[in-house]
Amino acid sequence: MKFGIMVSAGPYTHQASDTAYHFTEAALKNGHEIVRVFFYHDGVNNGTSLGVPPQDDRNITTRWSALAEKYDLDMVLCVAAAQRRGLLDEDEAKRAGKDVSNMAAGFNISGLGQLIDAGIQADRLLVFGD
Amino acid sequence: MAVIKKFLYVNRKAPHGSIFALESLEVVLIGAAFDQEVALAFIDDGVYQLMRNQDTSGIGTKNFSATYKALGDYDISKIYVEKESLDLRGLSKDNLMPLTWEDEDDDWAEKDSIQVVSSTELAEIIDNQDVIFNF
Repeated sequence: MKFGIMVSAGPYTHQASDTAYHFTEAALKNGHEIVRVFFYHDGVNNGTSLGVPPQDDRNITTRWSALAEKYDLDMVLCVAAAQRRGLLDEDEAKRAGKDVSNMAAGFNISGLGQLIDAGIQADRLLVFGD
Repeated sequence: MAVIKKFLYVNRKAPHGSIFALESLEVVLIGAAFDQEVALAFIDDGVYQLMRNQDTSGIGTKNFSATYKALGDYDISKIYVEKESLDLRGLSKDNLMPLTWEDEDDDWAEKDSIQVVSSTELAEIIDNQDVIFNF
């Protein structure tokens, strides 16, 4: 089956993005297709490279990055939601005159059209978070 | 793209106090460019999103309520408001902004976009969708 994934909760505060990760990983392991993982609302915070969680805890961001690399997963942060919350890739940082970018490996910035497109392409669109 | 799906955006939260209503509207407006069948539903505190005369000056946040009036220009003509949610809050359709669309097949007649429906009717509408976003 083709799944689209929307993550609308940030990391650590709620379990939603963990559950999204576990679902995505399990789906891929079982031979399903993930059309795209789209991060919206506070979900964009999953993509920050500046998080430094304690060593004895999971690192949600690097875990997503590794999954993306392993399965060539398309992970997209909504540009408008990301800009609001200070998630910038190098181009966006430069454009906004910021001296730092914080996009973790495997995450890309794109528009909300990618969310609609996932809804069109996927057999099921699953939303994790409020 | 030949695939046309039915998209429903369910709005359940008050317009102010969280960003969900605003970021829902942003998805709706972008999604309108995709030539899909689009409908919006407002239930629970979400019905407050359509209130007339919103004024956010006291809380210093953006008043985006006028944007709902533009939905008709984006060919969005199906806006469902749950009757029970209105009743519970002592509201009626008169408390909501008038939202209209122009019917191309009826000499561009201006028509009401808002339909007040019961929760039972809304359940059927939800059941008929392909893609549902819940904000």
